[in-house]
Amino acid sequence: MSKRIVITGLGVVSPNGVGIPAFLHAIQNGISGIKFMPHYEELNFGCRLAGMPDFEWEKLKDYISDVTFYGLKGTNIGYGLIAALDAWADSGMKYETDEPRWETGCIFGNSIADTEAMKNVIIRVDNKEAKKLGSRVVEQAMNSGATSYITGRLGLGNKVITNSAACATGTQAILMGYEYIKHGYAKRMIVGSTEHVDTYVYGAFDSMRVLSRKFNDHPEQASRPMSSTAGGFIPGSGAGALILEDLDFALERNAKIYAEVLGGSSNSGGQRLGGTMTAANSTGVIRCIDEAMTTSNISASQIDLVSGHLTATNADRQEIENWTMALNRKGKDFPLTNSLKSMIGHCLSAAGSIESVAAILQIEHQFVHPNINLEDPNPVITNMVSIDSLPVKMIKKEVNIVAKANFGFGDVNSCIILSKYN
Amino acid sequence: MTRTEILNELKKVFAPYTTNKEMLAGINDQTDLIKDLKINSANLVDIIIDAEAKYDIEIDYDSADKIINVGTCIDVIMEKLNQNK
Repeated sequence: MSKRIVITGLGVVSPNGVGIPAFLHAIQNGISGIKFMPHYEELNFGCRLAGMPDFEWEKLKDYISDVTFYGLKGTNIGYGLIAALDAWADSGMKYETDEPRWETGCIFGNSIADTEAMKNVIIRVDNKEAKKLGSRVVEQAMNSGATSYITGRLGLGNKVITNSAACATGTQAILMGYEYIKHGYAKRMIVGSTEHVDTYVYGAFDSMRVLSRKFNDHPEQASRPMSSTAGGFIPGSGAGALILEDLDFALERNAKIYAEVLGGSSNSGGQRLGGTMTAANSTGVIRCIDEAMTTSNISASQIDLVSGHLTATNADRQEIENWTMALNRKGKDFPLTNSLKSMIGHCLSAAGSIESVAAILQIEHQFVHPNINLEDPNPVITNMVSIDSLPVKMIKKEVNIVAKANFGFGDVNSCIILSKYN
Repeated sequence: MTRTEILNELKKVFAPYTTNKEMLAGINDQTDLIKDLKINSANLVDIIIDAEAKYDIEIDYDSADKIINVGTCIDVIMEKLNQNK
């Protein structure tokens, strides 16, 4: 159990940058990926904005065979494939293999399959034309679609699991991969998550009145975590992927090491003590962060940066209060805190993995990315923590330890502790 | 429609489902769809659906089971085309 687990590769499909170089540039410069969606206006949605990656579908042909590409329609699978395969290449490994890679597994999460693609199925079945659906529907409709395409391309032979824990999915996938290597089941795991928020999922969130409706004319200003004028979140799409490896295994092949996963925790507030299907039980959140620090063998004072969940809803205030309680740090002592969602919106299942990629890049390049749209911080929040803890411009500084957390519907929590590799 | 004409048309039908383009260019009656063209067995369903659309025929389950190589594929298509007459 003394194994150390390191990150040796990164891949990302983010609303504000596809591929690590573009994404790094975007998060350093506070570039928003939120766009106006004319189609959403026609659909009478209250919110008409989304974080949509600038994704060329044809580019997939550079990653998979023409036969696999032909008939591939699931957008979430496309995003996940590119993030995972980019991470694999970034880690210095080749795609091709004749033998299964028994030492490598995959934990990749998503919420649901692409329902826009499923629409064709529904129409055909209702028209009594099920016979014409062909062979490629099931593999893309199944929840393990993205995982199956990734593992098939790379011949992965260890544990292959699709996890789903709403907005905590991505962080949970990383933690699960970490645990499998830690326990000696695998030497290497591809971990991450993917999400395509299609119109049907989007509409359901819109109906809950949890999306931002007042900034439709100003897309880039619409995602405002911790702001007085925050009025809900902006759904985002994309994928993030990490290559996790046993340290010795990575050193043997002279892999580049980005950072180390020190530990983490995933739990549930049980939908008790104030927790519900949609609201977090603060006691559960605090326990989760506390356990993450304990398993990582660090103290709260060592945390340089909190990469929050912070979606730009009313829950932001409670989240900050939970962090102050869990870390027992407040005011000027509160660590620097940022929310990538200010730039890319809330990528639901993909949030945890994309935000973790951002956290690792901040460790690798020693900076703290800005919170954009925070010119008017919520006074309830600044009464708890210093305004200086919530940077609105990029800060160049030493970043050794980052706490990354996400909280999801179902009252599920996940927190991981990432560290500079020493 | 002659067997040669159908064979040439079938090259286009098979194309999206095989990475073995060289083998595809030189197919004959004996070419096995799965062993030679390396077509995923699940994709045979897609080839049948595409052939049905292309020739405006219906290939029932029993006929579909006969399709193993290019020759039997042509047999089934010709049989169904003749039924349409």
